[in-house]
Amino acid sequence: MQSLSNRAKKLEKKPMTFAERAYLPAIFQGLSITMQHFFRAATKKQITIRYPEETRPFSPVFRGLHVLKRDEQGRERCTACGLCAVACPAEAITMVAGERKKGEQNLYREEKYAVSYEINMLRCIFCGLCEEACPKAAIYLQADKMAPPRYERDEFIYGKDRLVEPTSPDNRSARGIQLTPEQAEKLRTQLA
Amino acid sequence: MSLESIGWPNFSLGWQGIVVLVIFGVSLLIATYCTYAERVIAAFLQDRVGPDRAGPWGLAQPLADAVKLFTKEEFFPAGANKALFVFGPCLAMVTALMSSAVIPFGNSLKFGDTVVHLRGIDSNIGMLYVFGIVSLGVYGIMIGGWASNNKFSLLGAIRAASQNISYELAMGLALIAVLMMSGSLSLSTITLQQSSATGWHWGDIFAWNVFKQPLGFIIFLVCAFAETNRTPFDLPECETELVGGYHTEYSSMKMGLYLFSEYVNVFVATAIMSVLYFGGFNYPFQYEFLDFLQTKAGLSVDWAHNLFVLMGVVAMFAKIFTGIFFFMWVRWTLPRFRYDQLMRLGWTILIPLAIFNILLTGVLITTGIIPDLTIAVR
Ligand code: SF4
Ligand code: SF4
Repeated sequence: MQSLSNRAKKLEKKPMTFAERAYLPAIFQGLSITMQHFFRAATKKQITIRYPEETRPFSPVFRGLHVLKRDEQGRERCTACGLCAVACPAEAITMVAGERKKGEQNLYREEKYAVSYEINMLRCIFCGLCEEACPKAAIYLQADKMAPPRYERDEFIYGKDRLVEPTSPDNRSARGIQLTPEQAEKLRTQLA
Repeated sequence: MSLESIGWPNFSLGWQGIVVLVIFGVSLLIATYCTYAERVIAAFLQDRVGPDRAGPWGLAQPLADAVKLFTKEEFFPAGANKALFVFGPCLAMVTALMSSAVIPFGNSLKFGDTVVHLRGIDSNIGMLYVFGIVSLGVYGIMIGGWASNNKFSLLGAIRAASQNISYELAMGLALIAVLMMSGSLSLSTITLQQSSATGWHWGDIFAWNVFKQPLGFIIFLVCAFAETNRTPFDLPECETELVGGYHTEYSSMKMGLYLFSEYVNVFVATAIMSVLYFGGFNYPFQYEFLDFLQTKAGLSVDWAHNLFVLMGVVAMFAKIFTGIFFFMWVRWTLPRFRYDQLMRLGWTILIPLAIFNILLTGVLITTGIIPDLTIAVR
C-alpha cells in the first residue's frame, strides 16, 4: 500500500541484541527522559491551568453562562412567552408567567413577565438555541463566563436572582452572581 | 567512635523504648508523606502540578486522604471470610512496621554515662530477622486476596506469592556475597565496616559496599522492586488486568492500610539498601569532621561525638530519601513487565547472575583484591 504521509517506517522483526535484552540501557534512557521532564516542570511553568483561579482564554463566540437582559431603561425584556423553553433540546428552562400590575411599568417592558425563570445548568448543553429562539432579545449566553463549580446540585438551578442582568455592575459578584443590596454594599466598601 | 559502642554498655530500657517508638512514628510519618511525594513526583515527571489545594503546596493532602479513608463505607463482600478479611491488611501493616526495628539509623548518642543507640534493637542476626519478617509480609496479601472471595483478588494474591518467592531467592543470594565480606549478619556491624576502617580511603565513599558489589547491588535493587510490589513489578495489583489485584474488594481504612504498608515497605527496603550498600550512617569526610569538632570547634568530647552521630542520622535519611525518590522515578518511567517476563527474569537471569556474583566475590576475597572485613572486625 502506498503511504499517504511519506512517514511510514518499515519495521523488521529482528532478534533483540544483547544490549536490548539486558534492559538496563533502555531503562536508563527512559529514566533520563523522565528526569528532563521533572526539571522542566520544576523550573518552568507547568502546562496545567489551575481552574478556577486561572481560566483558558475564551473565544469571542464562546457560549457560557446565560444572562437575562434589561433594556435601556433597566426594564426586564423577557415576556415569558416560553419560546426558549420550547426550543431547548435539554428541557433545562422552566418559567412561571405573570401579569404586570399598575406601577410596575418601570420594572417590566411587556405586559406579561416571568415571575420565576429557572435554568438547570446541569441539564443545559450550552447550545444557544434559547438565544436564537427569543423574540425579545432577552436571553443571551455570555462569552466570558462559565457556570462555576459547586458542591450541591441545587446550586446549579439558576433562578432570576442569578440570571437577570444586574441594574448596576456594582451589584454583581466576581462570579457574576446577583447580590442582595446588603452584600453589594459590603462589596463596595471592601473595594473602596 | 569505635566498635565497642555496638555492645550493650549502659543499656537503658527506658531510652531504647523511646527510640523504638520514635522509629515507628518516623516510619509512619515517612509513609504518609510518601503518598504526597509520589503524586508530586508523578506530576512533575509528567509536566503537571500535582496536589496543591490542601494547605500550603498541598502539604495537608495526606491528612485529607486519611479523613477521607476513615469516613468511607466499611464494605464486606458477600461470601468473604470476615475475620481473615480484616486480618489481611493488619498483618501487612504490622510486618511492614516490624522490619524497621533492627535498622541502625545512627550510631549511639552519649549523655554522660547514658548511651542511647539510635536503632530499635541490635540483633546479631539482624539481616535474617529482616528477611524473615519481609517474607511474612506476603501472607498479608495472600490472606487478603483469598478472603475477598473474588477471582481477581485471588489471582493478584497468587501472583504476589509466586513473585515474592522467586525474587527472595535472588535477593538472598545477592546478599550472601555481602555477608561473605562482612562475616556478620548484624546491620550495625555491616554499617561500621563501611567506614574508612577498611583502608579504602578517599572521603570514605569507596568503603561503601556498592563499590565492592556493583553486580550484587543491581540484583538486590531489582529484587527490592519486586519484593515491594512496585512498578515495573506491580503485577499483584495490576489495574489494567486485575481491577485492583489483591485489594480489589477493600474499602475505607483497610484499603488505606494496604496502600500504606506498601510505602512502609519501600521505606524499609531503601533503608536496608543504604545500610547494605551505601554505608548506612557513614558520610564522606566524617572523620575529618569529627576531628574538626573535637579540636577546632572546642566542644566537649560528648557533644563532638553527638554532633558527629547526628550528622550520620541526617546522612542516613538523605540516602533513604534518595532511594525513595528513585523508586518513584522508576515507577513513573517504566511500563509493567508481563508475567512470563517477570518469571523468566527472576529465575533464568537474576539467580544465575547472583550465583556468579558469589563465585566472583569468593575469588576476589581469596586473592585479596577485596579486603577481608571479617578480620577487621575481630
Ligand atoms: S443553551 Fe441550549 S440547552 Fe441551554 S438552556 Fe439554552 S436552549 Fe437549553
Ligand atoms: S427569554 Fe425570550 S424566549 Fe424565553 S420566555 Fe423570555 S422572551 Fe420568551
